[in-house]
Amino acid sequence: MEQTWKQAKAAFAAIAVPPIAWLFLFFLVPMAVIWAYSFGENTGPITIDLTGTFANYIRALEPLYLQIFLKSLIVAGITTLLCLIIGFPVALAIAFATPKMKSWLLLLIMLPFWTNLLIRTFALIAVLREQGYVNFALEWLWNNASGFMTLIGLQPFGEYEPLTLLYNNTAVIIGLVYVHLPFMVLPLYSALDRMDRSLMEASLDLGAGHMRTIWSVVVPLAAPGIASGILITFIPALGAYLTPDLLGGTDSQMIANVIERQFKRANDWPFGAALSFLLMYLTFIAIAAQAFIQRKSERRG
Amino acid sequence: MADEGLTALPQVGRPKREARDKPGPLEYMRQWPLRVIVVATLVFLYAPLITLMAFSFNDSRRNIVWQGFTTDWYVKAFNNESLLQAFINSLTIAFFCTIISVILGALAAVMLWRFRFPGKTVVEGSMALPIVVPEICLGVAMLVFFARVMPWPMGLPWPLNLGAITIAHVSFAFPFVATVVRARLSSFNRELEEAAKDLGASEWRTFWDVLVPHMQPGLIAGALLAFTLSLDDFVITFFTAGPDTITFPVKVYSMLRFSVTPEVNAASTVLIVVTVILTAIGLQMQNNQSKEKKA
Repeated sequence: MEQTWKQAKAAFAAIAVPPIAWLFLFFLVPMAVIWAYSFGENTGPITIDLTGTFANYIRALEPLYLQIFLKSLIVAGITTLLCLIIGFPVALAIAFATPKMKSWLLLLIMLPFWTNLLIRTFALIAVLREQGYVNFALEWLWNNASGFMTLIGLQPFGEYEPLTLLYNNTAVIIGLVYVHLPFMVLPLYSALDRMDRSLMEASLDLGAGHMRTIWSVVVPLAAPGIASGILITFIPALGAYLTPDLLGGTDSQMIANVIERQFKRANDWPFGAALSFLLMYLTFIAIAAQAFIQRKSERRG
Repeated sequence: MADEGLTALPQVGRPKREARDKPGPLEYMRQWPLRVIVVATLVFLYAPLITLMAFSFNDSRRNIVWQGFTTDWYVKAFNNESLLQAFINSLTIAFFCTIISVILGALAAVMLWRFRFPGKTVVEGSMALPIVVPEICLGVAMLVFFARVMPWPMGLPWPLNLGAITIAHVSFAFPFVATVVRARLSSFNRELEEAAKDLGASEWRTFWDVLVPHMQPGLIAGALLAFTLSLDDFVITFFTAGPDTITFPVKVYSMLRFSVTPEVNAASTVLIVVTVILTAIGLQMQNNQSKEKKA
């Protein structure tokens, strides 16, 4: 049973004060300052007047910024979808592997997750650029196919043109999938691992194929895991800064990049503050939606 | 409980597996389409990292064609003063961040687990916020906080000049530690605590001799998490770092902007190896813990 704090006031104070004080001073206060700034305006190079204006939020609704918000949502959405499509079979395979294999596979999926994000992005650049390994492999295939065509008496293909895989939206999505895949696989795995396997066996015994069993038995049973996988992939993907910054081109800016610019180069803190709170509200909406769906599915189940 | 589940499974599966060439209906891992997907995913995850590590040994200025084996880039990286300083800064920040986060996280976990108090839901909710708030938002908040509200004194001697970054890291790392430790605490038998107190142990003694040993695996896992979160962080550091407090990721970022030499590969390889070793130690410690418990 939990104890009321009155029973041991001294112990409670000793335990509760440090974390609460830290959280207040070094998290809530900074957040509150940003929130206050979002209703202010620049009156000088470094002075900000808290005038209570909504101008910053109204400016965020201009088509230019609205478009960036929309783009970020779409990019994060596609990333999440791709992670789900790739992650689900992987999680399924891990959940049904032999115990020894299972722990190795889990370790292999988790290890990149522990590696530095910047290093992983840097590694991806070396692979994707025009003089990178993806293009080298494709060139080799191309030249061989071309040689084969000559061999059977047809016109060869001509010179290989390296694909531009970097500095565009595709690169951003590839990078985000690369970084966030473990986020998706792990919750999916834990949901699939807890699932009652006899239901799958029953479905297979009764003549349903594997696809059908997965679609109408496994997916509904693993729905909570799928929902939380979607959420913890979508949220960081939506606020991603580094990946669009390093892998994206001039047109692949996401919200985080715009926020950064307001605080560093453009030096428009109030507007940046408003944008970052809008991003935060979007995050909260996503969490609330997930909680709502979760509760609904629990009630049904 | 979870362990039993893992070890009980193969016994169910074993009779079926006597005929080795016929995979059972649920042995997805033995069906080729899934094998292909798993292998392809692993290649996708690892090929870039392995190439990066391999080319740190390449005898060429450019990361493109293999020219022969060399360890020159490691020598260069170790002689690059600012890169080395950034590396040491990162490890120092991660070290202090881990200590503070583990203490605060453990206290927060005990507080939420042990006490009922007014405003508990609010505290619990705020404690979860740093985990869900986008990094960029926390980054800019920290930038403004250290620029306007509580300027960190300039020109402090090392390592005190890293204070602002360390504080920022602790703010997002300790709620993670609290979550991990709290999960561990839920398996604690509260009667043990009462027994200790009945036998005359003080509040402090009970905490230290009964509760802390029980929390230990959670504390280790939490420490590992805090360390990697801190070492990994770019965005929040990017906003709190000054010109003389560059961390490794921020340094690599600026190197990427100018020129990429295999020096970056060499330094990255060192960091990857450090992380892998730490993870291995952490997992080993957890394994030993669970083995001791079983014995």
